[in-house]
Amino acid sequence: MEEEIKRTCLYDKHIALNAKMSPFGGFDMPIQYSGITNEHNAVRNDVGIFDVSHMGQVMITGEQAEEFVDYIFTNDVTSIAEGKILYGMMLMQNGGTVDDLLVYKMGPNQYFLVINAANIDKDLNWIISQNKNFKVGVENMSDYYGEIAIQGPKSETVLEKLTGLKVSDLEFYTFKEYAYRGENIIISRTGYTGEDGFEIYGSHAFTQYAWDLFIQAGITPCGLGCRDTLRFEAGLPLYGHELSEEINPIMAGLGMFVKMDKPNFIGKEAILHYKEDLTKKIVGLELTEKSVPRAGYEIYNEDGKLVGNVTTGYISISSGLPVCMALVKIDYSTLGTTLYVKIRNKNFAATVIRKQFYKKNYKK
Amino acid sequence: MAKVIEGLFYSESHEWVKIEDGIATVGISDFAQKELGDVVYVDMPEIGATVTKGSEFGAVESVKAASDLYSPVSGTVLQVNQDLTDSPELLNQDPYTNWIIRLENVDNADLAGLMDAATYQNKFN
Repeated sequence: MEEEIKRTCLYDKHIALNAKMSPFGGFDMPIQYSGITNEHNAVRNDVGIFDVSHMGQVMITGEQAEEFVDYIFTNDVTSIAEGKILYGMMLMQNGGTVDDLLVYKMGPNQYFLVINAANIDKDLNWIISQNKNFKVGVENMSDYYGEIAIQGPKSETVLEKLTGLKVSDLEFYTFKEYAYRGENIIISRTGYTGEDGFEIYGSHAFTQYAWDLFIQAGITPCGLGCRDTLRFEAGLPLYGHELSEEINPIMAGLGMFVKMDKPNFIGKEAILHYKEDLTKKIVGLELTEKSVPRAGYEIYNEDGKLVGNVTTGYISISSGLPVCMALVKIDYSTLGTTLYVKIRNKNFAATVIRKQFYKKNYKK
Repeated sequence: MAKVIEGLFYSESHEWVKIEDGIATVGISDFAQKELGDVVYVDMPEIGATVTKGSEFGAVESVKAASDLYSPVSGTVLQVNQDLTDSPELLNQDPYTNWIIRLENVDNADLAGLMDAATYQNKFN
């Protein structure tokens, strides 16, 4: 079914800033304003603001909320206190990834799930199909919340100065609710760039107010173009590229977010099997000469046999090196292995490296 | 507003060409570089390679996308712009000064079917 493309509550502001717009996850989103390189560097060296209102939010409440979230989520929510956040996945029984998400523990019986825009409907259907035996309420808050991300080494200073809120006491992967302009907003010390930063959830009216506040203060507006180059350099996965219904978290090298000591969660049996017998893995590759390895390009071994595909690739803006993440057969995933990326009918030699192309600068 | 230069001929795929003394100089238009965004790599042919009017001879890659280059005329590659190897962003700074390839053995008749500056400009009005 063809669905109408949606707009975030900041759409008019992107148009006014002359952003280059493009569909992403069902929304007409800003890809760039001043240019991807400039925006990328603003986040690495200074601070930038992103509209991430396309992201979905789901509230799980009720006396069995903890039990239920623990059952559908790979990470261990029973281990965390209120105000903490966990990253992890929802899996299918076969271990394939339904989505990757953040889980905020709002209260003893209240969890706030932040999910990918493209997966909102699928995730809701999945969550509802799994909750039959649990006393929980599931509420889709995606149309209520706008979301902005303030990212970069100066984000704490700028956020405090412009809003008057104290956020310096927020640790990495924690959040607080703040009473602000007549509503409760949520600020978390999280992001998707490999830099220190914050994500802020509030009503559309708040989101529009906050966007103007930062833009008028001269903070660089940043589009999804640099959001991708930034997360890529930090080795963070993007659903549909490094995780999917075909790519489970073990293949993606994200086993640390799958807690096998939990008594039960959907997909556990399959993951046990994959831990014993993994056939493919996401690796990093660095080309030995300059070209651009892009998603989907084929990867061959010395004998010319197809052994994988690029999942995301760029000439890294921070290092200038031609690098990519790729899903390859397990026999070719050892560090130092030479493989060949086919780019416009020419094979470029590449070496398997760690899939992190930039050292993350989180404030811990 | 995309800049268009008088005296050049333009293709539908937004390359420009100028033929002087039997040598064709080929580049991409200001519209093309604006559409691409930050150029990070230019894939250029070998010197001595034969290129054919309308056929792919290389690619310009921005951060987000690869865009094939199509030759507006046929000829033999005489020179490639080595400056673009180290500084591909020159194509963003001035796509008319920073040509991509120079061809010899070209035929002025190949200019037929290309747009002059006024016609090309009209595409954006």
